[in-house]
Amino acid sequence: MSGQARAEKQTSAKAAPSKQTKAVPKVDVPPEQLAYANLLLYCSWAGIGMLAVTFLIYMSGFFSPFIPASEMPMYWGMSAHEFLVETGAPIGWGWLGMLGYGDFVNLLGIAFLALLTIVGYLVLLLPAYLRKKDIAYASIVVVEILVLTLAASGVLAVGAH
Amino acid sequence: MLDGLILKATMLVEMANSSQAAVAVTEATGTGLPWWAWPAMLLVTCFVLGIVAVMAGVGGGVLFVPIVGSFYPFHLDFVRGAGLIVALAGALAAGPGLLKANLANLRLALPVALIASTFSIVGAIVGLALPTDILQIALGVTITLIAILFIFSKNSEFPKVGEPDSVTKALKIGGSYYEPSAGKAVDWTVWRTPQGFFLFIAIGMVAGMFGLGAGWANVPVLNLLMGAPLKIAVGSSKFLLSITDTSAAWVYMNQGAVLPIIAVPSVVGIMIGSLVGVKLLAGAKPAFVRKLVIGMLLFAGIRSLLKGLGY
Repeated sequence: MSGQARAEKQTSAKAAPSKQTKAVPKVDVPPEQLAYANLLLYCSWAGIGMLAVTFLIYMSGFFSPFIPASEMPMYWGMSAHEFLVETGAPIGWGWLGMLGYGDFVNLLGIAFLALLTIVGYLVLLLPAYLRKKDIAYASIVVVEILVLTLAASGVLAVGAH
Repeated sequence: MLDGLILKATMLVEMANSSQAAVAVTEATGTGLPWWAWPAMLLVTCFVLGIVAVMAGVGGGVLFVPIVGSFYPFHLDFVRGAGLIVALAGALAAGPGLLKANLANLRLALPVALIASTFSIVGAIVGLALPTDILQIALGVTITLIAILFIFSKNSEFPKVGEPDSVTKALKIGGSYYEPSAGKAVDWTVWRTPQGFFLFIAIGMVAGMFGLGAGWANVPVLNLLMGAPLKIAVGSSKFLLSITDTSAAWVYMNQGAVLPIIAVPSVVGIMIGSLVGVKLLAGAKPAFVRKLVIGMLLFAGIRSLLKGLGY
């Protein structure tokens, strides 16, 4: 058994939800790190649950989809650019205006997961490092928030292929 | 309401089985399979990948993209978009336990994640702009190299660390964690941090370009180059994927490259598979599973390469 596989095994055991309540830290863990861990603990599983529920809604046809699931095989072999041109699906945050459709409602769970890091940085880590007057890490957190916000904003253009 | 649901379900089955659209889309895949067979098979495949990934000590993303990209009819754009969501969900779910045990350390992960996440945006933009065949070839080469890396890389549980450099000192990178084998807390720090940071530029690019979780690259750099103990390297690597993959995932999502019908069964399958894999770890033969994974990667890498070359 390689060292990395062994380390993965032990870290996987630490990461397993059933073990999380038993993982009593025997070392000093910074409070902001614990707070961030708790945010991820509750919100990541909530996001994954949201994905599963919205997907069931999509498959059940409870909300009519923008593109019926049965027609997706005509599109999933296209590039993302061709898909957008063929279907007229929105880019960027345009999907927020399409939440009445069963397929677009799935993006809520994905966006929730993708927003967690930004929220955690902004609400927990930045105030914590500012309180500690840890300018280096406060700066890293601010720049990371800007980078992630830029990525999330949808302003970054991608050329078609 | 129940009647309405049953009616809609009946309509869906009708549409799937007998409508002209269903026939057309079945023909579109060129396999004769009904549309719903693909997400169902994807769910099962990802469930198995989740088990195998945990047992072999690799991230699910590195298996997902080459295998699904090579054997399913989905365009690589959507596979990479789903791969990022898979890696993101896995990293977010693993994060709490690792952070609480101090195996994922914010002082190590935050600066590294900033570099990797910035360049994963660049990688995502380049990846979505490149012609598919070029991308397929590059993915094939990358996956084959990852398989070779897995064969030859020898990590070190407690690497020898020299005098910390000025960046390490300025950022006060270090910490302690409880080591059960020693029965005590182990203090650690790192060195050669600027060189490590530089390599995370490339790691971020590759993660964004191919939609791969980059644990396979993070761990050797953190462990062998920067000297972080193996458990810290593995734990911090898993956690920092939640940040690296977030930025690339947004680029893919904003460009319409995340299809729920591909992404959601993949995430659910891998997450359930990972939970089962953790339970099965005790009775597993990790050396065999690891060889199996290397074989799978080599096969998928070569297939991707050939597909890109038009064979």
